[in-house]
Amino acid sequence: MTPFLLNQLAACGIGLLLLLAALGVPVSRLSSGSRLIYGSCALVCSGLAAVALYALLVPGSGTAAVELPIGLPLGRTLLALDPLSAAFAIIVNLATAIVSIFAIGYGRHAAEPQRVVPFYPAFVGAMNIVLLAQDAFSFLAGWEFMSLASWALVVSEDRSAGNLKAGLVYLIMATGGAMTLLLAFGILAGPEGAYSFDTMRQTAAAGPAAIVLALALIGAGSKAGLVPLHAWLPLAHPAAPSHASALMSGVMTKVAVYGFIRIVFDLAGPPSWWWSIPVLIVAGITALLGVLHALMEHDLKRLLAYHTVENIGIIFIGLGLALAFEAGGLPVAAALALIAAIFHVFNHSLFKSLLFLGAGAVLNATGERDMERLGGLIHRMPVTAFAFLVGCIAISALPPFNGFVSEWLTFQAILLSPQLPQWIPRLLVPAIGATLACSAALAAACFVKAFGSTFLGRARAAAANTAVETDRWSLGAMLLLAALCLGAGILPGFAIDSLAGVSESLVGAQLAAQSSQPWLRIAPIDPVRSAYNGMLVFAMIVAAAVLTAIVVRRFASHGLRRSPAWDCGFPEASPVAQYSSSSFAQPIRRVFGSVVFRAREHVTMPKPGDTGLARLQLELHDIAWDALYDPVIRFVNVAADRLNAFQFLTIRKYLMLVFAALVLLLVIIGAWR
Amino acid sequence: MIRGWHTQLAQIVLVLLLAPLLSGVTRKIKSRLLRRRGTSVFQPYRDLLKLIRKEAVVAENSSWLFRTAPYIVFATTWLAAALVPTFATGLTFSAAADVIVIVALLGTARFFLALAGLDVGTSFGGIGSSREMMFASLAEPAMLLVVFTVALFAGSTQLSSISAHMTGPGVGLNISLALALIALIIVSIAENARVPVDNPATHLELTMVHEAMILEYSGRHLAVIEAAASMKLLLYVSLIACIFTPWGTTVAGSGAVAYAIGLGSYLLKLAAFGFMLVVFETAIAKMRVFRVPEFLSVALMLGLLGVILLFISRVPQ
Repeated sequence: MTPFLLNQLAACGIGLLLLLAALGVPVSRLSSGSRLIYGSCALVCSGLAAVALYALLVPGSGTAAVELPIGLPLGRTLLALDPLSAAFAIIVNLATAIVSIFAIGYGRHAAEPQRVVPFYPAFVGAMNIVLLAQDAFSFLAGWEFMSLASWALVVSEDRSAGNLKAGLVYLIMATGGAMTLLLAFGILAGPEGAYSFDTMRQTAAAGPAAIVLALALIGAGSKAGLVPLHAWLPLAHPAAPSHASALMSGVMTKVAVYGFIRIVFDLAGPPSWWWSIPVLIVAGITALLGVLHALMEHDLKRLLAYHTVENIGIIFIGLGLALAFEAGGLPVAAALALIAAIFHVFNHSLFKSLLFLGAGAVLNATGERDMERLGGLIHRMPVTAFAFLVGCIAISALPPFNGFVSEWLTFQAILLSPQLPQWIPRLLVPAIGATLACSAALAAACFVKAFGSTFLGRARAAAANTAVETDRWSLGAMLLLAALCLGAGILPGFAIDSLAGVSESLVGAQLAAQSSQPWLRIAPIDPVRSAYNGMLVFAMIVAAAVLTAIVVRRFASHGLRRSPAWDCGFPEASPVAQYSSSSFAQPIRRVFGSVVFRAREHVTMPKPGDTGLARLQLELHDIAWDALYDPVIRFVNVAADRLNAFQFLTIRKYLMLVFAALVLLLVIIGAWR
Repeated sequence: MIRGWHTQLAQIVLVLLLAPLLSGVTRKIKSRLLRRRGTSVFQPYRDLLKLIRKEAVVAENSSWLFRTAPYIVFATTWLAAALVPTFATGLTFSAAADVIVIVALLGTARFFLALAGLDVGTSFGGIGSSREMMFASLAEPAMLLVVFTVALFAGSTQLSSISAHMTGPGVGLNISLALALIALIIVSIAENARVPVDNPATHLELTMVHEAMILEYSGRHLAVIEAAASMKLLLYVSLIACIFTPWGTTVAGSGAVAYAIGLGSYLLKLAAFGFMLVVFETAIAKMRVFRVPEFLSVALMLGLLGVILLFISRVPQ
């Protein structure tokens, strides 16, 4: 297949998705309409992923863009799958295809499908437009379309005031982010207004590249969830229906990462040495704050959304390292860091989608997102519990699953950084490494808490006690994602090899081919230096566990007796008195939270002899809201109050104002001349 | 190649067989230091054999996770322990898993143990799991920073290469290595639930951490978990010996005499480190739970300092 044909196929796929969106409006009212739309989405997305995989593996793709005669009056829309676009198109479409399979079953329970179904394919199509766009106009148009479609999904359940607030916050953040990206492209395009990416690469930027970096970091970072621009994520992601949450958290944040890579690595020209510094600092803070916030949370979906913030931090740590290495003249190390970041993007899209789908299945079965009211679901929903457990292990970066491999690669990149020529990045990188190690350990604690309080123990409320296992489509989708998490963990060499074209085109180097390594191991730099064999580790763990179990049960004992749990002579009256998610997090809250969240506990104890209730009140502060958003909101409110007076002037006063403004402008122009 | 496989296989069996002995020896020395006679050094073997033959009693509402977790914990710990060179370097699996993988495998074991603690839904399991994860949230990064220090020093994250580099010329006293050693010792104490962080002998509810997590276990499940715990202790002692005192260790494929020297020196190192651990334990009192994070932060800071010093001192060519 020629590259042009591939690009045409991809463009057709996008067209089909948009067609499905239009079709969704009438069809969603039919009884099986949502299944039709979601099923078609799954098919189209699998097709798009296959086309993108072909484009990534066959060299020479990305040329011969498809031109569409729509767009700005001066320009035209260019769509093509170059290696970077293709890599992200695989990630986005693979996860979306599986999420759509889940939605076939999950969507049946929607109360008002017409508020969700049409926007879902539109959202997916818009993400694909962003990825395939080869000019700034279609990129931004797709970006805005993506924001709007996902906003519609966020507010689709508008019965609760919280969802409407989430939608408002999201809309404001999305507008701001798109605005900064528009400015970034404006600077890159130069005075001639050359909006195609090809000409942007060739011409020098009109303004200093530092401004482009800052704008890209704000614009893409606000969509991805970099601290302090993460505030909308934990509000908006949980508000959407669960399959849409999975897409927003698992997939849309990846489109933002793509936007950052496209602008900073591809379009902005060779990086200066200090570019990595703001990226690394922001990424380190994001990783740590994200996981700490997630630990404090007891709403399952909000926990997952906060945890996306942490993973975005890890991804940006990889990107920051790649910038530092590229600027320091170490292209192979830069390729390693970049591939670690993109591989983590892929892994995160798998396990975060899986976890959100699991949360959706739990929400569907119990009507609860609050972990303080769940528990014991491993008995009622065994398959969901198994799939969710795989997701928890994978996201906690534990071998032999995929999250570990990308963190391992990032650690290997960190260990190459003493070769950096500049002092400041060299001093910064060890601290970032410590932050990454800390956040990985905290992630494990966070997911012990999430799985433990949702699926283990005894049911804390009646809803959790009467839950039933979810439908087969949903289970199939979750098990498929779980299998992919394991597959990417034990066969990472294939993923690393297929990203060679991306690193070649962005940082001008690639890693040694991993397929030539014996025994399916990966050795990014040199096998003597470091190597990892996920397949062998997995096989050894399974063999050792099975062998031990067989030997013990065959030769020692296999009797099993059930009896009441040990209670020290104090039968626990109520399952509510179990260890809950907040009590699990209490030690960590005490160690980290008193500084980071200014966490305070207020205990009100009744007097001796008084039979009133004792109360424990917990106070947590989000630094980003306290330091950034609340002052801005206050300023906007005050300013609006002051400017309110201008709404009630007479027509003469308005004319005077217009006249004064005109004079002022003329004076300024006169002075300028 | 044949020799490499043999050595690896011997190592896999050795860690399994030797681990209870190390626990027995440390208990014996501890008893003697406390002026008690103590049990035989082979008592842990007898305990394990006794437990493993008993039927398992599980709580009424426990799930399949509770029954599979002991085997997963055992398998991952066993694999991790088999990856640390004990008497010979150049193991076959060294090329499959480096020291970061070993740390992460222990993380997998802890993850499952903590989940098992939460499975029954009693307060003991919960308090144990929650505190264990809190300790781990500081101990694991400290451990990784120690790994960074050593890896930067030796230019590799593979233990065989690190050990070979440490015996080679040009390795003298180094401030980063010293800091890493102190940090590693602190982490080992915390990870193995030893005094002053936790008390392996306690059954007083408020002081238990590791013991609280596994309180519901009995019979063969308990035996498997206890075996895993003693292998974890062996792993940390072997790790310290492999990195900081690599003398005498042979290379896979050398002659029988070298193997004998390697094995002998390894046993000597185990005895010496076991003795030092017990002396330290006897000399210090257990600390409050919320003092432990400070103790572990010391390890974290020392590890970070070690890495930063290395980053400063390594001027790129």
